[in-house]
Amino acid sequence: MVVRKVKEFIIEKLILICGIASIFFVLLIFLFLAKEGLAVFKIVSPSSFLGGKSWYPISEPPQLGILPLILGSAIVTLGAAVISVPIGVGCAIYIAEIAPLKIKEVLKAGIELLAAIPSVVLGFIGMVTLVPMVKNVFHLPTGLTALSGSIMLAFMAMPTIVSIAEDALYSVPKTYKEGAFALGATHWQTIWRVMLPAASSGILAAVMLGIGRVIGETMAVMMITGNSAVIPQSILVPVRTLTATIAAEMGEAVVGSEHYFALFAIGIVLFVISFAINVTADLFLHKRQ
Amino acid sequence: MLKKSLLLLMLLYFVSAVPVFAAPSRNSIQVKGSDTMVNLGQAWAEKYMEENAGSFVAVTGGGSGTGLSSLISGTCDIAMSSRNIKDKEIALARQRGIDPNEIKVGLDGLAVVVNPSNPVDKLTVGQLADIFTGKITNWKELGGEDAKIVLLSREVNSGTHVYFKEHILRKNDPTSKEEFAPSALMLSSSQAIADEIAGNPSAIGYYGMGYISSKQKPVAIANDEASEYVEPTIENVISGKYPISRPMFLYTKGEPEGLVKKFIDYTLCPEGQNIVLETDFVPITK
Repeated sequence: MVVRKVKEFIIEKLILICGIASIFFVLLIFLFLAKEGLAVFKIVSPSSFLGGKSWYPISEPPQLGILPLILGSAIVTLGAAVISVPIGVGCAIYIAEIAPLKIKEVLKAGIELLAAIPSVVLGFIGMVTLVPMVKNVFHLPTGLTALSGSIMLAFMAMPTIVSIAEDALYSVPKTYKEGAFALGATHWQTIWRVMLPAASSGILAAVMLGIGRVIGETMAVMMITGNSAVIPQSILVPVRTLTATIAAEMGEAVVGSEHYFALFAIGIVLFVISFAINVTADLFLHKRQ
Repeated sequence: MLKKSLLLLMLLYFVSAVPVFAAPSRNSIQVKGSDTMVNLGQAWAEKYMEENAGSFVAVTGGGSGTGLSSLISGTCDIAMSSRNIKDKEIALARQRGIDPNEIKVGLDGLAVVVNPSNPVDKLTVGQLADIFTGKITNWKELGGEDAKIVLLSREVNSGTHVYFKEHILRKNDPTSKEEFAPSALMLSSSQAIADEIAGNPSAIGYYGMGYISSKQKPVAIANDEASEYVEPTIENVISGKYPISRPMFLYTKGEPEGLVKKFIDYTLCPEGQNIVLETDFVPITK
């Protein structure tokens, strides 16, 4: 009996450690980020770091202004959201409400497959197909633009949006729908006036999580957005995103240099943005329950 | 029983993770750095390993800055660099008790390339500086078609980027503050620049001579309007006529010894220098 109890105790504690580990790691990562990243503010003030318009990290003295990078990330993400949200939510409505069982299965499998494509593959495909197309359609000097990035990232956000939004629609109580039909509403009226409002918090959460996926994406944007650190005047110009900057420059940054600290500070900015997005999504999800 | 084996598995998992941190064996070296030199490094390594069975030379790219920063942080034995080590990097290395040792192994001509359909085929160094700093923005001003110039540059971790900035944009003047125009596209590899040039008639870019193919047109360069325009060829780089060529270096921690020394000696011997020529670079010993 004693042996059993001891065993039980050990196993329980081991599982507890596994449970705490993830929180512990997040905490460690955040502490490390803060320790390395905040050091940059000894060199530049937070306002000139966040609001500075030139990013020349390896010049003497370095110019560390990340406003073009923040705006670059923002415009790519906004573009991706504009493309992926209507299509994603539309797709979720079709799967949850309209599609016959067989088509539903095929669609769901297809969307899962879309989520399984590695981002570097999407980036590569985008580089050889989408980039020349964007260049020719809009008569641009180059197709490596924010728009190309937005379109490619929309593909990446779609699976997240569709599966969570579909889930939200699915979990609307059946009585709502039956009630609407009983009052003589058409199928479309039921979807538009009853189902969507009832599932709205879940759909908003889906959109937020999709955006979270887009803003953290690195490889594909680095390959197809051209990476020039200018403040974007439109969506048809090359941009440099926060993530691509870290990925492209981390190799150069010698440990302990201003450039190194600046890259970690960009990491903090990204962390704060995705944390805010995830918390918002979580709030929506909890409101629903 | 199941729980026991699970416990055992967990234990095994932690134990087996330890040897990963053990020191690498003495007969392998890590070479890392310049993307320009990565093909050359690989060619050297292959030949060297063929002739010296049992030793292992691993070559990876990433950029000159990447190579030097890993030499300083101790994750590679030899750094390949297409630029001189910076004073700042030397200071950082000294802090860590490493004394970087420089060995010149060859020369590289930097080609400025445009799409073959572009009528512009010669430029002066001054014009190049104006193009890449954004003072000239239309091909019309250079006798080409009326089209906006698309600037292609390597990322900041590239030795080619740094060399081009210091020697062309800033014309070797250390007090100059010239920078690449912010609108320049930063591509992550020389191959990416080559591909974009091949598909874009209004693009201009630069990279090591080795990347030139029939899909790109190298531009003849002159120091100023009065002097001769020179094509980037191996003969012109050796004779010193071509204005944009740069040395290529290997950096080691202190004086090379053991396998590192053997490998470096190999790169400098006639056979090693012949490989330099075969990979479209210019040997230093004739």
